[in-house]
Amino acid sequence: MTMETPLHRVEGLGPAHSGVKHFWRQRMTAAAMVPLAIWFAWSVASLAGASEAQVLFYLTRSAFNIPLNAILMGAFIVIALYHMVLGIQVVIDDYVHHSGGKIFLMLLTRAFALAVAAVSIFALFRIAGPV
Amino acid sequence: MAENPQKAARPRPLSPFVTIYRWPVTMATSFTHRVTGIGLAFGSAVLAWWLVSIASGPEAYNTFNMVAASWIGQIALFGFAWSLAYHLLNGIRHLAWDTGYGFNVKTADATGWLVIILSVLLAIGVFAYVYLGHGGAGV
Repeated sequence: MTMETPLHRVEGLGPAHSGVKHFWRQRMTAAAMVPLAIWFAWSVASLAGASEAQVLFYLTRSAFNIPLNAILMGAFIVIALYHMVLGIQVVIDDYVHHSGGKIFLMLLTRAFALAVAAVSIFALFRIAGPV
Repeated sequence: MAENPQKAARPRPLSPFVTIYRWPVTMATSFTHRVTGIGLAFGSAVLAWWLVSIASGPEAYNTFNMVAASWIGQIALFGFAWSLAYHLLNGIRHLAWDTGYGFNVKTADATGWLVIILSVLLAIGVFAYVYLGHGGAGV
């Protein structure tokens, strides 16, 4: 016998009211980060101590008629920050039991992610965007 | 809340906590995954600063490089390098678990040690690569 109402079952959202959305997005962003993080680590290690001109050349260099490295950098940052928001949400859910504190820290995390993303994308546009 | 009259007489027994347990490697790696994840969140701000300095011209970029090359900058960058290596390797371990592989206790212990050792070797390897003069040439 199930205590679940038919409506609740077809909604498929379970006791947390959000279904597998959070779980799935965290795994998909993680899978995307595997090749991007390897590309990123290799890039910054190769650019450590480089002159500004060398870094600019690397980020604006055209591959397949697009500034591929700048685009990969943008993808790395945006997906990493999304993954960060999802991950920190789990930590907050586990350790912060005061609902006001929980909401405050989640807003802070998202504000941080949006600020870092906005600044990075703006910088990438100045570096490799259409003149 | 009503006071428990027995409270002063005899303290209630408590569950063992992290300070009591002998840490299994799986517990240490789980904990470290979170800590490195939070560390990398701060690293994202440094990455944004690096990109802004490149977009702002040679003076801003030189300032960034001076801070990055200082001993405190190098310690922070090594921390980020190791955190990224660790979070990446342990993340792959987590993805394997999510698809149903590696849950055997012995396997989970072994992959835990593997992640710890490989992440340290990777971070040292990346720094050795840069210090031996392979960095800075552009890719």
